[in-house]
Amino acid sequence: MKVLKYFISDMFSDCESLHDRFGPGGTGYGGSEEHARLNLLQFLIAIQKQYSHISTEAIELLHERLNIPVSQIEGVIDFYTFLHKQPRGEFDILFSDSITDRMLGSTGLFEQLCSILDVEPGQTRNDGRVCVGLTSCTGICDQGPAMLVNGRVISNLDNSRIEHIAELVDAATPLEEWPDEYFRVENNIKRVDILLSDMIIHGSAIEKMIASDSTTLLDSLEESGLRGRGGAGFITAMKWRFCRDAKADARYVVCNADEGEPGTFKDRVLLNSYADDVIEGMTLCAGLIGAKKGFIYLRGEYFYLLDALEATIQKRRDENLLGKNILRNQGLDFDIEIHLGAGAYICGEESALIESLEGKRGIPRKRPPFPVTNGYRDRPTVVSNVETFIAAAKIAVFGADWFKSAGTDSSSGTKLLSISGDCERPGIYEYPFGVSVKQILQDCGAEDVQAVQVAGAAGLTVPPTEFERTIAFDDLSTAGSFMVFNKQRELMDMVMNFAEFFCHESCGFCTPCRVGGQLLKNLVNKVVVGHATGLDLEEMSNIARVMQQSSHCGLGATAPNHVLDTMEKFPQIYMQRLANRGFEPAFDLDAALEESRQITGRDDAGAHIGYEPLLDDAGDQRGDAS
Amino acid sequence: MSHDATDMDNEKMSKTFKLDGKDICFEAGDTVMDAALRAGEYIPHLCHNPEFTPHGSCRVCIVDVGGRHMSACTLPAAEGLDVVNSSDEIMTQRRRLLQMLFVEGNHVCPGCEVSGACQLQAVAYYTRMLSPHFPHFFPKRTVDATHPDIAIDYNRCILCELCVRASRDVDHKDVFSISGRGIDSHLVINSPSGKLGDSELSASDKAVSVCPVGAILHKHVGYEQPIGERLYDNKPISVVGDLALQKNQQSNSKGSGE
Repeated sequence: MKVLKYFISDMFSDCESLHDRFGPGGTGYGGSEEHARLNLLQFLIAIQKQYSHISTEAIELLHERLNIPVSQIEGVIDFYTFLHKQPRGEFDILFSDSITDRMLGSTGLFEQLCSILDVEPGQTRNDGRVCVGLTSCTGICDQGPAMLVNGRVISNLDNSRIEHIAELVDAATPLEEWPDEYFRVENNIKRVDILLSDMIIHGSAIEKMIASDSTTLLDSLEESGLRGRGGAGFITAMKWRFCRDAKADARYVVCNADEGEPGTFKDRVLLNSYADDVIEGMTLCAGLIGAKKGFIYLRGEYFYLLDALEATIQKRRDENLLGKNILRNQGLDFDIEIHLGAGAYICGEESALIESLEGKRGIPRKRPPFPVTNGYRDRPTVVSNVETFIAAAKIAVFGADWFKSAGTDSSSGTKLLSISGDCERPGIYEYPFGVSVKQILQDCGAEDVQAVQVAGAAGLTVPPTEFERTIAFDDLSTAGSFMVFNKQRELMDMVMNFAEFFCHESCGFCTPCRVGGQLLKNLVNKVVVGHATGLDLEEMSNIARVMQQSSHCGLGATAPNHVLDTMEKFPQIYMQRLANRGFEPAFDLDAALEESRQITGRDDAGAHIGYEPLLDDAGDQRGDAS
Repeated sequence: MSHDATDMDNEKMSKTFKLDGKDICFEAGDTVMDAALRAGEYIPHLCHNPEFTPHGSCRVCIVDVGGRHMSACTLPAAEGLDVVNSSDEIMTQRRRLLQMLFVEGNHVCPGCEVSGACQLQAVAYYTRMLSPHFPHFFPKRTVDATHPDIAIDYNRCILCELCVRASRDVDHKDVFSISGRGIDSHLVINSPSGKLGDSELSASDKAVSVCPVGAILHKHVGYEQPIGERLYDNKPISVVGDLALQKNQQSNSKGSGE
């Protein structure tokens, strides 16, 4: 393995040549030093991948070259799930811990692997060979359970795969020699509509833009009614226009490919098979707003798509569709850099994404100002979703009417849904807006459905009485996550999974999300273990309201949705678990004694406080005995 | 003041918004917090300090604007804005936020050196908080007394990041920063050992004087001011204002007296 010093040195020269290639002209950088500082997170990811951790020596070297305080570099490392200061082992295994993975048996498989390999969850084995941990949804929900091994996805896990994986790990078999089919991820496109079926010739949207003027094209985009596909639904033409009209020496286009909402995986498919159209849309946007530089912010979980994406970008440079003087148009310059994420759901929020692009901790910025005027490097920046860029490119070619031919008056076009959970045919379904939940369930082969979680963990829980509702911005608005739960499922498992998810993913900046989320999770757990009372339910809605109303960003504001929604629509899952006692302590008395037991080395009956002998249960027990 | 200047001031301050029904004048670039404080109207806050760029993390300054709750410290003042500052709903939410901060750390007021001169405590009284209400997290946090003049008690840190901002923007030392994520977010020291003792911090740093709670403390001066005579002992924070403000005035008057 390369000596760290030389590895870092090479990394810096690569970064410098990257800077030279894009050139200072129009990209606005204050020099290669600033450019290098903005790449801190990318450096850390590269070091992590090469050495399975970021050592004190590496941090010191980065500090010397970048002039960023050591504590701040460590602060960045500690923010991202995939970065570590301690070695993670030759094989760094992370199980996807989404509710859909759990429904497919991931918990048992996780325990199985830990037991065969004799590792404690999250701890590197003593010989440094392997570490097995958990991570948030990896976007392979239609082919789960899934895991990441050194950043590469293994799908369709089952007992025999786990056994074999344990053998491969113990034999230190290099990843390249593992069976190819383990790493196979299918597109699983089950239904196409206009967006995926009507193909454009590469470069045709750019040609349209060159032949027309930006105002006409933006008008047509507005006329089409295109709204952001990432969930928030902001009018795309308006966003792009704000950015174009903001005064600045540089503007940027960012493709938000940080698809982290549990149950969403459509961007995985789009980046895999429609990357040309995504980049076409980004180039169109760049031409319209006057940007010279763009980024694809690719979530760390999709690292395996990186090489193919780089190749597509290079191919388009070779075809004169990216780079200098695009399609021989003097001064039409645009190029794209891919930045990786490193396991942080919050970075899907556009201002947190920009912070992360700048190499920092992904803390959402305060608004105003908005990214369209003060984004990357404080310059006007468009951040749009993968699917939005494809739609924009096709609207430029086929026109607004083509787009409006699908969908409803207020929600034009189509929406890609990522369908997973209890159904015969999980996968990607493209529907015109306005399709009913009932129709979707019929098409994907879902029967005996108890609930559908639309729009992911941050979304809504839809009971059967509401299956006539439709996918649309003014009804069920979604970035595409659609998780089906049949009647055999404990819906409470979903609630618990989401509560844990939001605690893990809270950035920690504001009080309600950081502390409220934790309090809420503890109360959900209290319900699950059967210690909650009616008063606790009231407390849960109070905390949820504070989070909804006073959080700094959308994560905190939507984090309690699943609790409020299930309490309202599925009250029985809470009521049936309530303790029939007048009073319940806020904490588990017996668990609270654990530390004392450890100190005194006792574990006898007298060192425990049982719930059972208390109150009226004790009487029942005596009755049984006599 | 010349006649012209008065006219100009009137011109500058002619725009108004409503705060609990009262007209509040503001200047271009003001936040609701800026304008309210200037007009002598108190909006409770912890992470805000007028000397620094608004932060908006504690959320204690939330106000109601047309049914939406926004942090007053980051909300730009605008003509015709109708801001509710002291409704029961807002006060209740603030109290819950305070309670969250209390249970997140280890805040033992009776044993704290700054009791009576602590903004967390004073704002808690102001919002009529009578108990922490939520189950305590009892986190295991340390005290760092390695510095000759300054001690830091992490148990009392509320993550307002004022020391981070002051050390970065005023002292230009970057002694403090935040690490971790979510509930594991915590204040860290930029020094080889991670301890205050070998950091560049000095007792006269702005970062030391901006702490609104008892996390960053001067050594050798315990209980200099008797209990009962402290800033918030006899008058509420809504009347006497921020601790940092008083510290500034003290250091100014000391400076001019010498």
